[in-house]
Amino acid sequence: MRLVDYAMPSDFPDHFPPRANRVHEACGPNAFGFAFALAGHLRGSVLWVREAWQADQINPAGVSPYIDPHSLLIAKGNDQTEVLATAEESLRSGVVALTVIELTKPIGLTAGRRLQLAAEAGQSTGLCIVPEGTGSNAVETRWHCTPVFDPTDSTLQRWELIKNKSGTLTAWDVRWNAEARRIIVVSEARERPVP
Amino acid sequence: MPKRVVSLWFPRLASDRFLRARPIDAPFVLTQRQSNTERLYCLNPLATQQGLQRGMGYSDARAFCSDLQSHPADPVGDQRFLHVLARWAKRYCPWVGLEGANGLVLDITGAAHLFGGEANLLHDIHLRLARAGLLVKSGVADTRGAAWAFAHYGNGDATQAHPLDAIGRLPVAALRLEEKTCVGLQRLGVRFVSDLRALPRATITRRFGSAVLLRLDQAVGTQAESISPLPNPPRYQVRLSLPDPIGLEADVMAGTARLLDQLCGKLKGREMGARVLLLTLRRVDKANQEIELRLACAMRDPLRILPLFERGVGQIDAGFGIDQLHLAATLVEPLPVQQMSHAHGRVDGRLEDLITRIGNRIGLENVQRFLPADSHIPERSYIIAPAAYSDPAGSWVNFRERPIQLFPPEPIMGTGPSPPAFLRWRRMTFRVERATGPERIAPEWWLSDENWRSGVRDYWKVETKQGRRLWLFYTPQNPGWFVQGQFA
Repeated sequence: MRLVDYAMPSDFPDHFPPRANRVHEACGPNAFGFAFALAGHLRGSVLWVREAWQADQINPAGVSPYIDPHSLLIAKGNDQTEVLATAEESLRSGVVALTVIELTKPIGLTAGRRLQLAAEAGQSTGLCIVPEGTGSNAVETRWHCTPVFDPTDSTLQRWELIKNKSGTLTAWDVRWNAEARRIIVVSEARERPVP
Repeated sequence: MPKRVVSLWFPRLASDRFLRARPIDAPFVLTQRQSNTERLYCLNPLATQQGLQRGMGYSDARAFCSDLQSHPADPVGDQRFLHVLARWAKRYCPWVGLEGANGLVLDITGAAHLFGGEANLLHDIHLRLARAGLLVKSGVADTRGAAWAFAHYGNGDATQAHPLDAIGRLPVAALRLEEKTCVGLQRLGVRFVSDLRALPRATITRRFGSAVLLRLDQAVGTQAESISPLPNPPRYQVRLSLPDPIGLEADVMAGTARLLDQLCGKLKGREMGARVLLLTLRRVDKANQEIELRLACAMRDPLRILPLFERGVGQIDAGFGIDQLHLAATLVEPLPVQQMSHAHGRVDGRLEDLITRIGNRIGLENVQRFLPADSHIPERSYIIAPAAYSDPAGSWVNFRERPIQLFPPEPIMGTGPSPPAFLRWRRMTFRVERATGPERIAPEWWLSDENWRSGVRDYWKVETKQGRRLWLFYTPQNPGWFVQGQFA
């Protein structure tokens, strides 16, 4: 029944993966899920930059349906300045397919623009995970990601495009197919969650 | 010029080495395990006075001497210490070799006059070693064998007008013979070297083989014996002195490039790779500026290393100019030449360069990777290792779905072994729509873990109406509910 899901006409492929060689933002309760889904889509090594004091950890066993945990590197900076410097270095080198930057404070336009320039110079993609309500104006797109309860499926989530520099704002219900390692869009008419 | 050889013997090298670091004013022995029993390996003078001797059982020794202190011997460390001493002895002459496990041999031909003669040289050696807390016995003679004999069996009056007469008065054991041969000679009444020399040579060879005569000839000098000096340890350091001081960043980089070419040539010749590089820039006012570069993998490719110096060189304060550049590989690792093949994929080292660059900013140990570990405990099912010092190895095996985020357990309200219908976590309220579980995980009793004191845990995956999918656990032995993770 679900096989027809991705055959439905949808504008999702135009928006995901988001534009390459740019920096994007994700927020919301499931921003981590979005980051790993994007990493799984880009198929390459991932550098995850975060501050050292953060107590919650990425669980490699939970990450393995998305990417090979061996391709994930974690860099821990002492403060946000180090995090941004590290991220800029990584984006500029263009070695990793995706640089994930976990931000705890809002960044200014200068910092956001520097990241953007580094991503363009290094031909690699960046993703900032920001607290809800904050975000830089310099980013290309911003995604709000929430998990959604569904009686039949436990990977359903809602991705809303809440900022887009070159296009419209839309929302999709998607789920992750672990076997195919890809995101599948749930058709709007049939798979809405039951209220 | 006749050859002159000094032989040094350290009778208590092992215990002296230990007591240098930790002086003990009591009978002290080093013990070594030999054929399933602890035996005395090296003794200090107080222990010898108590009647203990080398080779006796340790338990016997303790019975003889109740206040005996002991420590396990470390022959490898002793050997390393002897190499240190050999390096030190090069202050007297360039030709220093090892003599057995606790001796040195120095060829001081043409070097003694620098210290005011042989007697002064020996006095200097004894003085310095005594100050270092080492007992040493020395002998000086024209041959290595005779010097050894005087060091081991002479009693201080080694320098005599007729060395051949002097050696004649020493026992036959001074000829470095096997113990069995010595006993055999003594049974024949041959006690001293002069007795041995008086015998016809053919009969000695017939009875004891050629070794005895070889040793005798080496001692009196009719048979040559060489001293093989220790090789100099390779030094991975290069230096560039400039006639005029420089200050521009591009100039410093150009100088560094020249030094790197030389250094990498040295490294390549020995199949080594640098792990830590130290670039010292000496300014004209003699203030040194140092740049330490810690590499994520052993490297010796100048083209790859040079760009990594850019950030450090950019931060240098050149002052009135820099007139000397000094580059040293302070930590090197073996880096053998590797076969390149298409099967291994493209190994271009760009990721290692990135780790190096990031690591020099935030610390090389702060760039980490996950390695699988053999445990069912969620937080111990992986190891976080520095990426620069580990390789991705092992496979990730997942039997059940696991959350992507793990927190330190956060307590929530709830009673009973089944998940609560409503839960409050991080000031948010959730209605539980579906709970999957329980999955029981028992603590690893062989490891004491503070967090698992509360006993076994029943893990539940809880899907809430609000969307979040949480990983809860219940501790039946110590009732309570906790949130430990979040699914995607």
